[in-house]
Amino acid sequence: RDFNERCAQCSEVNWGLTDGGRFYCRSCHNVTERTREVVNTDFITNSRVQTISKGLKKQEKNDGGCEWYICEGFQLVLKKQVEALEALGVCPQMKDEILCNFWRCYLQKSKQAYCKRPAGETVKTLSVCESSTDVDSDPERPSLLHLLSLSESEGDLQTDCSFASSVSKVSESTSVYSGSVDGSLYLMKNQKDKLRMTMPMTLSFCYLALLWVREPITLSELLRFVVEGHIPYMNVFQHFPEKMKLCGLDLKIFCVESWPEYKEVFNKMHELAAFLDLPRFPDITESCFLHPDMLCMKYLMEANLPDELHNWTCRVVKKTGIGEVDFLTLMPGNKSTRKVKYDVLAAAVIVVVLKLLFLLDDHYEWVLSEFAEERNKNNTEVCMFYSGGPYFEFKKWYEVVKRSLDVEQKKLDEEKAKYLWRCEKPLFYSVKNKSKVLKRRQMVVNLQNQFGKLSGSVQRAEKPNPSSFQLSWSEENTDGSCFHGHSLKGVLQEKCGLLTVMNPDYWLCTVKLCNEKLCGHLAHYREVEFPQSYHFVLGLFSFLLRIQPSYIHDEVCMIEHRLFNKKLCKKLKYNTVLRK
Amino acid sequence: SSNEHKLNFKKSKEACLSYIQDALLQKQWKRAAEFLTCYVESLEKDYSREHIGPSEMIWRIGTEILWRHSQSRMKEFNCFMEQMKTLGVKRYLKVCLEHVFHLLCNGQIDEAYQNLSLAESWRFGEQTAIRDKEIKLIQAYRGLLDYCSWSKQKKILLEHGEDGFADLAVEQEMHSYFRKAAVNLKEIIKIPGIWDVFVKCYVDLLEFYGEHNEARQVLNEYAYNSKFPANPNAHVYLYQFLKRQGESKKSLISALKILHDIVPSHELMIDFNTMLQKSKKRKKCQLGLEVIFAALDYAGWKENAKAWSCLARQVKQIVITEKHLDWIQQEWNSRKDWWPDFHFSHYLAKRNWQENKSLSHEKALVAGILLGKDCKYFKYVSHQGCKARLKRFRMLKKFVTRHNPVYLRISG
Repeated sequence: RDFNERCAQCSEVNWGLTDGGRFYCRSCHNVTERTREVVNTDFITNSRVQTISKGLKKQEKNDGGCEWYICEGFQLVLKKQVEALEALGVCPQMKDEILCNFWRCYLQKSKQAYCKRPAGETVKTLSVCESSTDVDSDPERPSLLHLLSLSESEGDLQTDCSFASSVSKVSESTSVYSGSVDGSLYLMKNQKDKLRMTMPMTLSFCYLALLWVREPITLSELLRFVVEGHIPYMNVFQHFPEKMKLCGLDLKIFCVESWPEYKEVFNKMHELAAFLDLPRFPDITESCFLHPDMLCMKYLMEANLPDELHNWTCRVVKKTGIGEVDFLTLMPGNKSTRKVKYDVLAAAVIVVVLKLLFLLDDHYEWVLSEFAEERNKNNTEVCMFYSGGPYFEFKKWYEVVKRSLDVEQKKLDEEKAKYLWRCEKPLFYSVKNKSKVLKRRQMVVNLQNQFGKLSGSVQRAEKPNPSSFQLSWSEENTDGSCFHGHSLKGVLQEKCGLLTVMNPDYWLCTVKLCNEKLCGHLAHYREVEFPQSYHFVLGLFSFLLRIQPSYIHDEVCMIEHRLFNKKLCKKLKYNTVLRK
Repeated sequence: SSNEHKLNFKKSKEACLSYIQDALLQKQWKRAAEFLTCYVESLEKDYSREHIGPSEMIWRIGTEILWRHSQSRMKEFNCFMEQMKTLGVKRYLKVCLEHVFHLLCNGQIDEAYQNLSLAESWRFGEQTAIRDKEIKLIQAYRGLLDYCSWSKQKKILLEHGEDGFADLAVEQEMHSYFRKAAVNLKEIIKIPGIWDVFVKCYVDLLEFYGEHNEARQVLNEYAYNSKFPANPNAHVYLYQFLKRQGESKKSLISALKILHDIVPSHELMIDFNTMLQKSKKRKKCQLGLEVIFAALDYAGWKENAKAWSCLARQVKQIVITEKHLDWIQQEWNSRKDWWPDFHFSHYLAKRNWQENKSLSHEKALVAGILLGKDCKYFKYVSHQGCKARLKRFRMLKKFVTRHNPVYLRISG
């Protein structure tokens, strides 16, 4: 359609495509030798030829660049990410079958490929070289130039989207400066129903695929691997081929300057699943890694809590029904089911169990701990061996875990401060400030060398191997800092042949849940309103999952309300302490 | 907080900066360098909205680290400064000047001079009023270095002069330095500001060449022009100049009066009091008493034997003549509540006696008059002094005892 030459035979401009990809005149059925240029095979994930519907003949520009579209860029990004996941041990089907298909489906649904181009959309293609002169001479442009230069002085690339929207005032047929063909179009359109692709969304894609094959990676782990550098995200555009020149508005799309946030990726993932019209995902059953029973086991280990607690997490899971297949499995587009955050859910279950056993009101847990301490002092080692480990002392556990947590948190904070955001590939908005950018880059490199030498023997630590566990505790340590084998006897009692908790009380995090759709939360967490022990436990999982404590708090509230559903329905306005 | 877990470029660099600041405060230069290495990429982002941008931060922090770090060499320092000069047109002159200071601290006077000359001839961008002032400052410092060279030549000349050799070349060089220095120094002191060093040097030059009138004018301007910020040193310089010139006591006193108003605790107050005591005018004598009392209000003067002897002398004089006891009364009124504890405690009596007998002698006299012979200080010191059989203490005791009625009249 974009081919405008007149037919040699009938002088009409009315072209179509043959199956073989050649242009033919619809009026006289003259087949030309002109073929639709196929996208360079470098860009695609498998050997099947994929064409992009906007395929124009790719001209080599003077500066060695070529025409490329934004979605091609994203395709490259996804390819890199999924390759990294494969290197981490994810099954290869994910790349070749799952993600690839999701992506193609997306392209189709968003009408960026595999479909007829809707009428009325034209993109005037400007090469990188041309636009530098056009931009100067065109009287319509000054406002754009002005906006471009404004954005250069803006602190945060993300906030420059206001610039993008103001650009839309210009007529659609002009394209603003960008290395890609459709950079400006991409940012301009208000794509409510089209789900515009963004960098965080690439991770949504990855996670969607991971969920489909039920890989043992949670979303928080995925995001952590991204931050740790095992999965390309931050400066992934530096792996684009030389010919794909990145500048101007492309930077707004591909150069992110903040780490992806859990909620954003999570919500986008669900939007995406619905948008792609995906069917019900494969079932999450009890043997699946993402099932709360499994995840709880993992998190209990990582939090250095006794293995015995696992019985209790399973009981809570069973009682609240959150282990049911229908609850856990993703059904895209189903608005009535709650969107499940598997990792947060498991962490919340553990928090609830701790509250059940230890109350966590800044008083009872310490009383229990003293009690256990006494028992431990009196017992001999032989006794302990037979009764299955020493009594679990909350106080000791708190001290050990807090110490490690503080060390790790401090390390993490320093990492965040020392993070290097830029990469070797320089970014510039326009050819004009290219030399300035390069000069600055050179100066930065010089200064880094100069001060790097003065940093002493401190070397930047090698990227640590990706590990599933951030905190590890070894049973072999004789200092007693590992609590896995400890016994919960001190907090349990036997009643009618059943093992039940000694703690008779429980306090609800909130009596009434908020409407999540209206205010975005189920409950509102403020540190000062809750006991310190509770805050500590939230903080521990908040660190492990790299999310805000309030997310976990929300899930805790949700579980509590399921657990005490009957009792809540009966009553109470003011009383927040229930008897079990 | 909801923002704790969000991490973006801006937050990351803010955190980095606070780590640098901590390290600097604790003098951990290696650690500061480590974090600065991570911070420098901020240069690639523009923060024109911020009050202090990354380039200024990096300049100041980098200078500090390179100056203090044990492994840093002058060569690297100079290289760094040159880079900083290119970072911002507005800041160029400031960076040059600071670089010059560091070179001077390192004893590299010639390099400093070269840099100053280079900076002086730099013309870029618009000529603003601030830029004008900065250039004048640079010229002034160059003038200062010229003055130093002049001094050196002068010294050589004087030495040769003793030998009887008149070295014409040296003399001519000396004069040329004088001209260069004078031109620049004169300019800067026209602008309101604190220019102690420049003023001193300029006056020195003028005096050497006999331009006393000009010197006097300069010093008067510096001390009395209300546009200039209040500066005690200005009055000190003027006083010293007038003294050198052998001016009348009247003009010396008027110069010091203002100093007393601004800085009652200045060390020249002793000279001032001495001059005033000798004066025949009643008002001046009273002022003298005022001055010495005011000086001794300050903790730094507590153990100043000279000051106490001035006060003691004047008090003694007044007591003997029994004239103007009301002066003492006036001064003592506002001090009787706190001077006893401040100066005349039992503890101080012991300490003063142990450490400085003359001091205790003078103080005891004053205490005895102001607080009576039964006050702790006087009793202790005079007792000790008499025990040690020191004549002057016996005389002191006699004197105070004899004049005890005066105390009764003062204390009313």
